[in-house]
Amino acid sequence: MSDMMDDMEGGEGVVKKFMFVNRKAPHGTVYALEGLEVVLISAAFDQDVSMVFTDDGVYELIKGMNTKGIEVKDFSKTYRALEGYDIEKLYVEKTSMDARGLTEDDLIVDVTVLDSAEMASLMAEQDVVISF
Amino acid sequence: MLHIVNKSATERNSLESCLRMATKGSAVLLIEDAVYAVTSGGEAAAKIQAAMPDLQIYALGPDLEARGMAGRVLDGVKLVDYGGFVDLVTEHNTCQSWL
Repeated sequence: MSDMMDDMEGGEGVVKKFMFVNRKAPHGTVYALEGLEVVLISAAFDQDVSMVFTDDGVYELIKGMNTKGIEVKDFSKTYRALEGYDIEKLYVEKTSMDARGLTEDDLIVDVTVLDSAEMASLMAEQDVVISF
Repeated sequence: MLHIVNKSATERNSLESCLRMATKGSAVLLIEDAVYAVTSGGEAAAKIQAAMPDLQIYALGPDLEARGMAGRVLDGVKLVDYGGFVDLVTEHNTCQSWL
């Protein structure tokens, strides 16, 4: 118990590696927005957070969205704010980008592009993986 | 007949099923996450282009704009707004939504 109190109060709690996997396009379902909100909450716990975008998830980061016509919140600009919450590890899978004709220049934030094998090993070294 | 598809072609097989069943002269309207299929460079673009001689392909403009994809639409795809969506529905006797 006292150990636990030390962890919580001393600011020296266990830091785990958290990976948030984003695989859904924005707007069509609520997954992308919900995933982003959970990541922002996780920032409050000072964990080692990585955010991964694969499959249709890469569409979440496309520049130049204008959601006025469909009357929903444009949350894409929030990805730019992640840096301010010390969430700087953003990874995009190259295979997913290629399949959709996208390049890094199309994205609203700076990311690290990984091939599938690199992505797989990054995923394998995590303590916690949460999928959206 | 008007076919409506709303799911991403890289996540579900709705578009593929639709294109398999749509007969010559039919209209196909892509909305929501299905609009990615009419953007250049993607895997689904080839399927849309192959279908174009036989089908009228439409996409909902506001959904493309919301996804930052309005500047990447394939030639030959007709863009409609919500009013155009309603017109398409009224112009066709039957609608099939590939949910």
